[in-house]
Amino acid sequence: MYSEKVMEHFQNPRNVGEIENASGVGTVGNAKCGDIMRIYLDIDENKIIRDVKFKTFGCGAAVATSSMATELVKGKTIEEAMQVTNRAVMEALDGLPPVKVHCSLLAEEAIHAALWDYAEKHGIKIEGLTKPKSDIHDGEEEEEEEY
Amino acid sequence: MDRLIYLDNAATTKTVPEVVEAMLPYFTENYGNPSSVYRFAAKNKEAVAAQREAVAEILGVKAKEIYFTAGGSEADNWALKAAAESYASKGNHIITTKIEHHAILHTAEYLEKKGFEVTYLDVDEDGMVDPEELRAAIRPTTILISVMFANNEIGTVQPIKEIGQIAKEHGILFHTDAVQAFGQVPISADECHIDMLSASGHKLNGPKGIGFLYIRTGVKIRSFIHGGAQERKRRAGTENVPGIIGLGTAAVRAARTMEERAKKEKELRDYLIGRVLEEIPYSKLNGHPVRRLPNNANFSFRFVEGESLLIMLDMKGICASSGSACTSGSLDPSHVLLAIGLPHEIAHGSLRLTLGEETSKEDIDYTVDCLKGIVKNLREMSPLYEDFLKEQKA
Repeated sequence: MYSEKVMEHFQNPRNVGEIENASGVGTVGNAKCGDIMRIYLDIDENKIIRDVKFKTFGCGAAVATSSMATELVKGKTIEEAMQVTNRAVMEALDGLPPVKVHCSLLAEEAIHAALWDYAEKHGIKIEGLTKPKSDIHDGEEEEEEEY
Repeated sequence: MDRLIYLDNAATTKTVPEVVEAMLPYFTENYGNPSSVYRFAAKNKEAVAAQREAVAEILGVKAKEIYFTAGGSEADNWALKAAAESYASKGNHIITTKIEHHAILHTAEYLEKKGFEVTYLDVDEDGMVDPEELRAAIRPTTILISVMFANNEIGTVQPIKEIGQIAKEHGILFHTDAVQAFGQVPISADECHIDMLSASGHKLNGPKGIGFLYIRTGVKIRSFIHGGAQERKRRAGTENVPGIIGLGTAAVRAARTMEERAKKEKELRDYLIGRVLEEIPYSKLNGHPVRRLPNNANFSFRFVEGESLLIMLDMKGICASSGSACTSGSLDPSHVLLAIGLPHEIAHGSLRLTLGEETSKEDIDYTVDCLKGIVKNLREMSPLYEDFLKEQKA
């Protein structure tokens, strides 16, 4: 069901871990849906993402999208990182099954949440960045059954 | 990947060669339609009758009370929908449980839309239905009780005899979905006061696409598939002769080997449970510790997610499942694990290992060894585990 790229990133995820005293940390997703992503950013004075790490609780797609998202933003400026959309993550992974598309959205949100945290801490405003929608404590949404 | 360790026997089983051999002549040689008049076909009618007899004997019922279907889901749908329809004049209330298979749950929900009222009984933390709660749920309008014999996910075996007794006392029809239990544990329809029972061929080393519904004489339920006069006019369609031969052969074989197989599987299962709980921290056994199917082990590993676990196990050649295979397409954790009170994030980290007659101690050792490493790796990647460790330190 997964592309080879997804499987490869799932089995050998890049940038797993934590960054102590990170410039920005963002956690998105919720336990109810079974996906939680946390991204740590180390951003230098030129606003370049020097390092990035992630931790993810979730399915194969959640791990692979986290891994790919960190790869795509590493070494980039904040503005460039803002251009890394869920679509870009999906394309870089040669696609995702339809039921797993939300994982790529989560990856995009996790990056944005970490950037938001960085902006808050430094009292700056990042063009196009809005306050992260989801945190791990919300999400008691209605179940939808089909039959 | 050379090694294949199949630990998903609750999903389906291998059709054993003995069964396949019994089936084969009914494709290429004895292909006659049992309803035809000539002698060439008549012997197929006899063959089907013999299998019906054999299956009935295992349950201690009459041959004419066994109706072959295209599987367990059809039998469940038939039992519920037809009973509801036939007994609608007596009432509109049905009692079932929160941990039934979707073949029951979704059928019950369908009936709710048609105006029936359904009570879904809770279960305790081991997945057991409380017979007294069932008794209290009975209304003057209750027409049907449907409680599964054994759960497909957590393996808990229900107090069917007590439930059947209560149903009998109140004169209410009692159906049990025995898809996981038939061929695994002894079942006596009379002793448990079962009026209807669903079973499936492919869970007991038989073929897929064949099952049966036992309907006690006197139960007034109508045909579900309309058409020809097959199955005493209650289930139309040309008999799946090879399937029926396969189901019957597999059922007889399962009954013959049950005691010895159950003993071996239980030993291995308990060895597996013991090793996992001892060697993998923050793990938990789901389902009843003793009253469970001989081949079922279901665990939760905190801080990890089930699908990741399954893919990692697959890479090691181990076939397992996380909750029911039917729920894998959805994003919600298993309704059974939620019903026994697991929080969502722990329910997402469940693993079901179901042994088969070919499972060896070596297979179990290899699986536990792999599992230890996989759970450890996934935890190192888990933000939930990170938070947990930080809380521990604080």
